[in-house]
Amino acid sequence: MSISVYLKRAGLVFGAAVLSAAAMSAQAADPFKVGFVYVGPVGDHGWTYRHDVGRKAVQDEFGADVETTFVESVPEGADAERVIRKLASSGHDLIYTTSFGFMNPTLKVARDFPNVKFEHATGYKRADNVSTYGARFYEGRAVIGTIAGMMTKTNTVGYIGSFPIPEVVRGINAFTIAMRKVNPDAEVKVVWVNSWYDPGKEADAAKALIDQGADIITQHTDSPAPLQVAEERGVLGFGQASDMSAFAPKSQLTSIIDNWDQYYVDRTRAAMDGTWESMDTWGGLASGMVAFPEYSADVPDDVKAAAEVVREGIIDGSFHPFQGPILNQAGEEILPEGGIYDDKTLLGMNFYVQGVQGELPQ
Amino acid sequence: MNETLMLTILTIITAATPLVYAAIGELVVERSGVLNLGVEGMMLGGAVCSFAVAHHTGSATLAIVAGMLAGMLLALIFAFLTLSLQSSQVATGLALTIFGIGLSALLGQSLVGIAFEGLPRLHVPWLSELPVVGRLLFSHDALVYGSFAIVILVSWFLNRTRAGLVLRAVGDSHDAAHALGIKVIRVRYMATLFGGACAGLGGAYLSLVYTPMWVENMSAGRGWIALALVVFAVWQPGRLLLGAYLFGGISILQLHGQALGINVPSQLMSMLPYLTTILVLVLISRDRGRIRRNAPASIGQSFYPTT
Repeated sequence: MSISVYLKRAGLVFGAAVLSAAAMSAQAADPFKVGFVYVGPVGDHGWTYRHDVGRKAVQDEFGADVETTFVESVPEGADAERVIRKLASSGHDLIYTTSFGFMNPTLKVARDFPNVKFEHATGYKRADNVSTYGARFYEGRAVIGTIAGMMTKTNTVGYIGSFPIPEVVRGINAFTIAMRKVNPDAEVKVVWVNSWYDPGKEADAAKALIDQGADIITQHTDSPAPLQVAEERGVLGFGQASDMSAFAPKSQLTSIIDNWDQYYVDRTRAAMDGTWESMDTWGGLASGMVAFPEYSADVPDDVKAAAEVVREGIIDGSFHPFQGPILNQAGEEILPEGGIYDDKTLLGMNFYVQGVQGELPQ
Repeated sequence: MNETLMLTILTIITAATPLVYAAIGELVVERSGVLNLGVEGMMLGGAVCSFAVAHHTGSATLAIVAGMLAGMLLALIFAFLTLSLQSSQVATGLALTIFGIGLSALLGQSLVGIAFEGLPRLHVPWLSELPVVGRLLFSHDALVYGSFAIVILVSWFLNRTRAGLVLRAVGDSHDAAHALGIKVIRVRYMATLFGGACAGLGGAYLSLVYTPMWVENMSAGRGWIALALVVFAVWQPGRLLLGAYLFGGISILQLHGQALGINVPSQLMSMLPYLTTILVLVLISRDRGRIRRNAPASIGQSFYPTT
């Protein structure tokens, strides 16, 4: 806020021109400026797209009082720091950095701009002016696991993983546990593609899984390619991060949707009225951060009802995706009846539960 | 025949086809003595342009032509810089790849997240209905058949025609060819443009058939595999076809292995095309005779016409 104004006052026309966007808005009505840094293009139809929907929600909520800007397709690493620094130095009061790999650049810039507030998605390092936030997507996976368990005919579900990190393993386990609650014979086959976004490889992985008998495909990668394959081969699947029914009108049963709208609105309001504090938020179905669109018409009513029981149970706290008894792959009980895994265990999850085939790559 | 096995083979065919296109084009380019490292960039150019045309016109034929033209246009830039202005082929090729990645991302901005139903599969009456053979051989899209046809044509052209002989002569010794009155630069221009068209076709296959959509950098390194493939094939079209199916097969079987619970590190499998290529390079440098016979002797060298 102050640098551009200062430059203008000092008559440094060149400097003001460099920061023209910031300077012009500062002149107008001095709205509260919020910046967003995205790792992908806003049209990725997944992760970044949903963050941008959140940005628009902020803009709609506050209208002329807030000015939002975004920078898309920012590579994780040195470039990210340059972009974040540019936003901070051009008068932004609150900056959201929406990828794990922006963690260290965010903290580095935050040190130099103590008056600017930062929000970093999916990270774990905080500072006085850096908050972190993420979503309990595993809660959504328990819901789609229930649907998969009831709808698979071959009792084989294909799961396309990106990297064997706790975030992804947690999703696989939540899915598998929920699936086997309704169908103890069903199993999950996992194929790792070692990428968040490689449509060709994701499609090949989907084909391999379908060829080996999977009649439902789910994924923890970002492209709609697996769903496209499912549609082509006539099997079922779930969308990832956003509604992907445009790519698979027949195959997509439902989709786990990332919904940052409310969080972004709340945090922006807090920053505007001065109540903003550094904190960690891990929201789920209850807070609306994880959401579902309408179930597809192909989901039978009893399956819908069972999925709703899980979803509502998670929301009102009567059900937890990781409540005992939980068995490991060898069939030994690792969590007794009545036990619930705490967040620390969930955040470091590095084992498969019973019902997942194969070994977890270490 | 086992259903899984057959489906696996069908998947391998789709994985190998873009490699065949990109590599066969580069093979011709290299046989004319030009090393174009811009395959990846030309593939992406072809992918984005063919998808854009498919989306706006709905015509698969126009889309394929657009992919070829886009690849040729990028190849023309490369040819002008390296052949007419005699810039370094290696540096220019690398620049072409980087340029192609950026340009395709820019052109494709409005195409991200759009679905396209893909190319129609050819249906041959009677033949397509045969039990095993029908699905294996007569149920693909036109581009798959085209990839086989182009390998056969290139093989015939290089080994059986006078024009092919001229092209090889230019690649082996541009000075000798020049002395014989062959227009070296013109031959190399044509070869480079052919290479661009093929890379564009490979890209078109990616965005029209393999995963019918456009995303940034969707070739994901396949252009580099194609370059390795040319060396792996020791500049012979037949071996190139074999190599493409081998490389494609490895990447698909790796995924199948995982689903079956066979624990081979997938990173190792991703390395395999390059590892085998290095092995072939080692063998070539050991054997000065038989294997080396097809390696174009003046590859990568700029030609300065005397008189």
